Amino acid sequence: MDQTLRKSRPILDPASRPVLPRHVKLRFDKVRDRWLILVPERVLVPDDISVQVLQLCDGIRSIDAIVAVLAEKFAADPALILTDCLTLLQDLADKGYLLTRTETTA
Amino acid sequence: MTDQTPPVADFQLVTRAGDQAAQKTAYGIPLAVLAELTHRCPLSCPYCSNPLNLEAASKELTTAEWCRVMDELAEIGVLQIHFSGGEPTVRKDLTELVRHATEVGLYSNLITSAVMLTKDRLQGLADAGLSHVQISVQGAEAGVADRIGGFKNGHSKKLDAARWTREVGLPLTINAPVHRQNLHQLEDIIAMAVALDADRLEVAHVQYYGWALKNRPSLMPSFAQVEAANHIVAEARERLSGVLDIDYVVPDYYAERPKQCMGGWGRQFFNISPAGKVLPCHAAESITGMVFDSLRDHSIRWIWDNSAAFNKYRGTDWMPEPCKSCEFKEVDFGGCRCQAFALTGSAGNTDPACAYKSPLHAEIFAKAATEAAEGQDRYLYRNFSGGTLETETL
Repeated sequence: MDQTLRKSRPILDPASRPVLPRHVKLRFDKVRDRWLILVPERVLVPDDISVQVLQLCDGIRSIDAIVAVLAEKFAADPALILTDCLTLLQDLADKGYLLTRTETTA
Repeated sequence: MTDQTPPVADFQLVTRAGDQAAQKTAYGIPLAVLAELTHRCPLSCPYCSNPLNLEAASKELTTAEWCRVMDELAEIGVLQIHFSGGEPTVRKDLTELVRHATEVGLYSNLITSAVMLTKDRLQGLADAGLSHVQISVQGAEAGVADRIGGFKNGHSKKLDAARWTREVGLPLTINAPVHRQNLHQLEDIIAMAVALDADRLEVAHVQYYGWALKNRPSLMPSFAQVEAANHIVAEARERLSGVLDIDYVVPDYYAERPKQCMGGWGRQFFNISPAGKVLPCHAAESITGMVFDSLRDHSIRWIWDNSAAFNKYRGTDWMPEPCKSCEFKEVDFGGCRCQAFALTGSAGNTDPACAYKSPLHAEIFAKAATEAAEGQDRYLYRNFSGGTLETETL
């Protein structure tokens, strides 16, 4: 087989515009009374802030824009939120649970 | 084809710190169900995890029965359904079943040998809401793979189906059961999964009960092979981080402690047989004498809570010594009941995979190592007539 990688690791930056692919479903589970993320073969349990972040991932907003929304909503330090967001989203992207567009300007 | 590692969905905690340490918690009804739609299959893999006594097509649940089952599954909190078999695409109503799963909110996975798929059928399944396709491979190239599956040109059909899966926009898992006669292709299997643009690869050492136990002399790897495989997987995981997620099921024959089979009997997994029996494990029917309740007679909720079969080895109270006083009893829940039955004659005995507690461990695993060294390579192919021994030509 061809050993060449057809894809490379997606590296997120503040300009990336993340979106959940159709096989990653953020869903409220009434039976367990909590938010869950359904992915192939697994169920992920996001904490409250992760849910807030993921609900803003629409493929249109950049990570910077998501951070701005959250910083205002929670009156928190944007730099701190950015670090948290990048860690969360990079981890999901590495698992194949997040798509991104990486254009620096729209 | 049914793979050797039925999916056990784990709750995994996702936090902003990127912490995905598995948080295995008791959450009542399992998160996922393995739906074995049929035992019919065009392949005849010698390690098939279906029981030796395969269920006839005439006994299979009807479309209406499966739909009723899915209604209840969704209502009681099951989140994912894995359509498996046998070969689930043998069922002409598969697309209808996937559509129903989508309608009631079940996340659907297709676990398939893929040799009967067409691009049109895959597109139809995707349109019906299918979320994930898992395709089994028997090796990295046709020579080895088609012999193991007992199906000419199967490997090339699988490669086509894998490409179509990505073309219709579905995530792809490649599932590779490995054993003595294909482990030499492991590196190529990993490269193949990358080239096919798979998101995940499951490398699963064959587990030995049912058909695989009958074929153990021709499948059992050597200890050196297992060590080499461990190394290859560890290296690939690091190199392919963010590109290919590799799940690895280790063989317990060369381990010191038994596996936490199914996450513990009746704890977080169940499957439904083609005829509607609800089982704590896909191999549970290999334990002769156990009676499994059918969802033709009871609700799934009732069976999960009350079935004698589910309660028999649930938790740790059933354990005899030496397991009862073992400090690891809440870690492995006593290992595998099917393996204990297959190798000792009693499902309640200590799993012989336990090097510390099982009096039979040394004898059984020395025998396995001998089998691996003797290299008897002929397969007994899985079929509805008790198996067919491989002839000189495929």
